[in-house]
Amino acid sequence: MSHALRAELLALQDEYISTLDTDRLEDWPEMFVEDCFYEIIPKENFDQGLPAPIIYCDSKKMLRDRVVSLRHANIYAAVVYRHFVSGLSFSEQPDGSIEMQSSYLVINTSQIGESVVYQTGRYNDIVVRDGDRLRFKKKQCVYDTSRVQTLLALPI
Amino acid sequence: MIVEKTAPHEAEGFFGEADGSRVPYAVFSSKEIYDLEQERIYRGPTWNFLGLEAEIPNPGDYKSTFVGDTPVVMTRTEEGGLAAWVNRCAHRGAMVCRELRGNATSHNCVYHQWSFDTKGNLLGVPFRRGQKGQAGMPKDFNPKEHNLRQLRVDSFSGLVFATFSDTVEPLDEYIGETMGGYIKRVFCKPVEYLGCTRQYSKSNWKLYMENVKDPYHASLLHLFHTTFNIFRVGMKAHCVTDENHGLHSIIMAIKEGQDETAGGDYKEQNIRSYDEGFHLEDDSILALVEEYDVIATNHIQPIFPQLVVQQIHNTLVARQLLPKGPNNFELIFHFFGYADDTPEMRNLRIKQANLVGPAGYISMEDTEATELVQQGTVRDGLETSVIEMAKHEPDQSNTLITEKLIRSFWRGYRKLMNFDQSSAQGA
Repeated sequence: MSHALRAELLALQDEYISTLDTDRLEDWPEMFVEDCFYEIIPKENFDQGLPAPIIYCDSKKMLRDRVVSLRHANIYAAVVYRHFVSGLSFSEQPDGSIEMQSSYLVINTSQIGESVVYQTGRYNDIVVRDGDRLRFKKKQCVYDTSRVQTLLALPI
Repeated sequence: MIVEKTAPHEAEGFFGEADGSRVPYAVFSSKEIYDLEQERIYRGPTWNFLGLEAEIPNPGDYKSTFVGDTPVVMTRTEEGGLAAWVNRCAHRGAMVCRELRGNATSHNCVYHQWSFDTKGNLLGVPFRRGQKGQAGMPKDFNPKEHNLRQLRVDSFSGLVFATFSDTVEPLDEYIGETMGGYIKRVFCKPVEYLGCTRQYSKSNWKLYMENVKDPYHASLLHLFHTTFNIFRVGMKAHCVTDENHGLHSIIMAIKEGQDETAGGDYKEQNIRSYDEGFHLEDDSILALVEEYDVIATNHIQPIFPQLVVQQIHNTLVARQLLPKGPNNFELIFHFFGYADDTPEMRNLRIKQANLVGPAGYISMEDTEATELVQQGTVRDGLETSVIEMAKHEPDQSNTLITEKLIRSFWRGYRKLMNFDQSSAQGA
C-alpha cells in the first residue's frame, strides 16, 4: 500500500471538507470531473438495493445547479457544518482509478448556537487523476441518520 | 374567586368563527389537545395510511409503522391478505417486533418469548403448563383472549390503511368518490416501491396538513416553482375537498391552456419567487413526460390524517405524516414508480427525487415555514391565524389563490375533535 497515495487521498478529503465547512460552495463542483456522480442516499434504501435518494446528480452541471439554487432560490436557516472523516480505506483499480471508503460525521450548528449530530454515514468514492490533481468521479454518501432534521440544504 | 386552570380548548369561544378562518394557536402546542387527538382522531373514526402493498409483496413480509403515535406492524399474511396489529406484547407490554422491515411467519417477544402469528394471534406461551410439577399458567388461561390488539385493515389502489374504529364507514366510503377518483389517477397501474426518505420537523403535524392544503404559499415560498413554471398562479387548477367531511383534498396545477403571462404578474408585484435570471445548466430535472389524461405539474392530495399522495412532474410519492408529540412530526416519503417503467422513465423518476423530500428543490422550504410558525406561536395559545383568502367565493375551485381547503380542514377537525360542542358550552 502506497503511503504517498494515502497522503494524497487524505489531502483530497481535507480539501473537500474544508470547501464545505468554510462555505466555499462554488468551489465544491470543481472537486469533481465533468462526468461525475454524486448522491446522498439513506442506508436503509442502500442496504435493500432500493434507489430512492435525497440528492442525486449525474453530472457536474447538476452540482453547479444545486449550488446556484442554494444561493439564489432556496430558503433555509443559515447553518454551519463541521465534517469529521475517519477510517480511510482504499484500493487502486486496474483502470487507474482509486476506490475509497471512509466514515463521516457532520455536526450542524444553528444560528442560535445549538450544535447537533446532523448526519453520520459512509462515503463510497471513486477518485481519478485529472491532469496534475485528483478529482472525484463518484461520491456517494450513504447516511445512517435516516431521520433528516428539518431539511438538508448543503451538500455532505 | 379561585380560577381553575383549564385545558386551552375549554376556554370560552375557543375556535371562535364557525367557518374555519380563525385557528387558535394552542392547537399547535398543547399536550392536552395532542392527547385528545390521539383518542378522537387516530383511535377515532378514521382510516390511517400505513404503507404501500408493494412494500410487503410476499407472505410474511412486514413493516413497523404507526397509527398516530401508537406503534403498529402491518403484515402480509400466509394467505396473501393484509393484517395490522399494535406492536405491544399481550403479556407485559414490550414491543414484539423490533425491526423496521422483514419477513417472518411468527413474531416472538424477546422478553418471555410469547409468539404470535402474522395476524397477531397468540401461538405459544413458554412453560404454559409448567415443568416437572412446577406450576404454569392457571388452567383457565385461554390463549384466544390474549392476542395482540388487531386493527381493521383494508387497501385502496394498493395503499394500505388501518383503523382502531369498529364503527367507521368502509375505506372506499371514507375516501369518497371524488378523492378516490384522484387516487386512481396516480395509482392507475401496478406500482413498484423504490425506497423511502424521512424528514423530522420541530413543528406540529397540523401545520404540515395546512401546508399541503395551501396553494397560496406554493408559488410564493418556493422560487423554484415559480421561476420554472412548475406552479404559478394563472395555471388551471383543481382545488377541491371530499364530499363527506372536508378533511381530504386535492390541489392540482394543470399545464394546458396556461396563462403564459403570469410570470409578468410576479414581476410586476415584485415578488421574490420569480427570478428570470435563474437558469439550470441541466434542465432534464424539469422534464414532464405525459403519463395521464390530465397533465398536471402538481397533484398534492392529503387523505386525512396520515397520507399525502403526490405526483410532481414524474416523481411519485406516498407521504406518510406521523405526529411525534405536540411539537414534532415525521414525514416518510415512500417513492414509487410503475412496474412497467422503462429504464429511462425510472431514471427520470429518481432524478426528479431531487425536487421533493428533505433536500427537495421545491419542498425543503415547507418544514422551514412550519417551524417558523411553531416558534412564532408558542406562547399565545388563544391568538389566532387569519385564513381569509377567497373566503367570499366558496365555490371557486379553479384558482390557486385560495385558502378554502385549509378552512374546510379546520371545520372537519373541530367536528371530529368535538370542539364545536365545548366552545358552544363555553359561550
